[in-house]
Amino acid sequence: MQEEHFIVALVEDRPGVMQRIAGMLRRRNFNIDSISVGSTEIPGVSRITMTVHGDRQTLEQVMKQLNKLIEVVKVSELRQAESVVRELALIKVSVKNERARAEVVQYASIFRARIVDVAKQSMMIEITGDEEKLSAFIELMRTYGIVEIARTGKVIMARGARSVKVRETR
Amino acid sequence: MAEMKGADAVVQALEREGVEVIFGIPGGASIPFYDSLYSSSIRHILMRHEQGAAHAADGYARVLGRAGVCSATSGPGATNLTTGLANAYMDSSPVVAITGQVATPFIGKDAFQETDVIGITMPITKHNFQVRSVSEIPEVVRKAFHIAQTGRPGPVLIDLPKDMQEGTAEVEFPEEVSLMGYRPTYDGHPKQVREAARAILEAERPVILAGGGVIISGASEELRQLAELIPAPVVTTLMGKGSFPETHPLSLGVLGMHGRREANHAVTESDLLIAVGTRFSDRSTGMVSCFAPEAKVIHIDIDPAEIGKNVRAHIPVVGDAKRVLGQLLGVLGEMRRRERSRSWIEKVTLWKKEFAPELEYDDVPLKPHRVIKEIMEFLGEDDIVTTEVGQCQMWAHCYMQRSKPRTFISSGGLGTMGFGFPAAIGAKVAKPEVRVVDIAGDGSFLMNIQELATAVVNEIDVIVAVFDNRYLGMVRQWQELFYDRRYSAVDLGSSPDFVKVAEAFGAFGIRVERPGEIGDALKQAAEAGKPAVVDFVIERECNIFPMVPPGKCLKEVIG
Repeated sequence: MQEEHFIVALVEDRPGVMQRIAGMLRRRNFNIDSISVGSTEIPGVSRITMTVHGDRQTLEQVMKQLNKLIEVVKVSELRQAESVVRELALIKVSVKNERARAEVVQYASIFRARIVDVAKQSMMIEITGDEEKLSAFIELMRTYGIVEIARTGKVIMARGARSVKVRETR
Repeated sequence: MAEMKGADAVVQALEREGVEVIFGIPGGASIPFYDSLYSSSIRHILMRHEQGAAHAADGYARVLGRAGVCSATSGPGATNLTTGLANAYMDSSPVVAITGQVATPFIGKDAFQETDVIGITMPITKHNFQVRSVSEIPEVVRKAFHIAQTGRPGPVLIDLPKDMQEGTAEVEFPEEVSLMGYRPTYDGHPKQVREAARAILEAERPVILAGGGVIISGASEELRQLAELIPAPVVTTLMGKGSFPETHPLSLGVLGMHGRREANHAVTESDLLIAVGTRFSDRSTGMVSCFAPEAKVIHIDIDPAEIGKNVRAHIPVVGDAKRVLGQLLGVLGEMRRRERSRSWIEKVTLWKKEFAPELEYDDVPLKPHRVIKEIMEFLGEDDIVTTEVGQCQMWAHCYMQRSKPRTFISSGGLGTMGFGFPAAIGAKVAKPEVRVVDIAGDGSFLMNIQELATAVVNEIDVIVAVFDNRYLGMVRQWQELFYDRRYSAVDLGSSPDFVKVAEAFGAFGIRVERPGEIGDALKQAAEAGKPAVVDFVIERECNIFPMVPPGKCLKEVIG
């Protein structure tokens, strides 16, 4: 069955590690919908979140092939239902008149988004949430004219006691 | 801690790894490394092309089961290594490659002989390193050898910028290295092993499929014990050839596209397939959907990513072949065994008789079968065969019996024409006391024929047996069978004269046209006191059969 899976990989923060991962995914014909990278609580270790579309077998192969890379320290699958998923977007909207400006401010407030930059002809809005929330907000903004969107890609973390951690080294 | 030059640190680190030989070619960006090598006890064999260096290191590694080392300069030197690295990667061979690189300040500036060798070799190495400080050199070298030689082995490349070779630093040589993300699993999970044992006891028609992993882990003895204990017939892949004696009554030889009929039949009719150290390559399985259709599959492999990749495993066991087979023997020993019917063994034994290939041809031009047979008789069981790629390789694969591991060295995964001869050089350097014969086609031999100079100058006396049909024979065979004999770009014509080429290089050369002359020519080649080329003029359009056509099931054998 084709569905969206979340994979979290902890990797050593070294030059070329992203190229290794991206190259492997391309070479083995895996389709990645979203990928994001950032630092973690451990110096020298980065956390990669990616979403893969595919059946169970594809997911398992992606995880095993990731694990095979020397600089990949840990690979876990996180289930959306048991986790918090977030993405951040910066959206620049054109506001041609006072009415548009007021409406955008109102929508931003309803969506608990923040206005982070205001200019004569445009506003920049920062919004965080899950995919549905971001999509709904972006859809509303299209009415006014979207100048530019920058999205971070999704990050995910398990709720409760479970965590994705590096094993103790010998 | 000691203050030393980077290049000296590399050489000292290599000596600490027990490296005795490096196959390579120096160049501008590796001169400091070669300067340090000058005063080292490590023997350097100057090859004539970097591809040859990588294959020689690969052949050396496959014979000894430890890392073979090759070296090249930056840019074209490094890119020439890549085919050899890809080859070693596909066949899980522990090769360590050292490449020179332009000095750090020039990296990214498109400097003379600069190439992104790290980027290029990422998908064809198990791992690679670019040295970023002189002080990290000992650790990088230790890690490279550790990664190359443990778990599922593979090639590792170390890229050495010139300023890292020339610079000095305080260095320390670590005994152990810790890699956060690399810890291979060696022992099989006891629960999985017990489940495998139960399946073995329940099976009526078990077959063991042995791959290259059996040879790598040195599990031949355990494999033999298991086969005899069950008892189960054993088929091997190309990479697994020699892991189980092909002279053994339970051996059915090799399976696959050009496998033995009895092997392909047995796998197809089996109800339990015990696959050990194999990745189920398409050349071994034929069409996957009809591969071992009735069998439950036990898949033992050290690389978890191989499990479920090509063929579904009902009982996966991740671990080292030798250890897992040992565990399995232990568990089976404790379990109560029932008397199994002999009918399965009797059936496969009958197939074996029925499908025994005819090798005794007296034809002129020669039939390759006859040549294979005579080479087989000429070689002792410890002698080593390497192969090029194509029909010559498949004739050897199918007809030549080998009874010991590490005595059949062939390019299985990548299928690299030009592999066999430099690999033979590496094999002979690894084991000078045995005979080494490269089973070559004329097309393949020409792809690295320059290494005749290496063999002659370094007195590496290997024998190249050229199956000379003046065709790119395997492609021609496919064109004959599947493309209406439209022989597109396969006729090699009359050049060269291999005897004269051999002589021009200073090697011994002899041509054989009649079956009665084969034995004597091999004897002369062996006694020539120098590398030898035996040019066997074979029937031009002789095909390699049996054959499972591409996209067909193993049971759909033609020829």
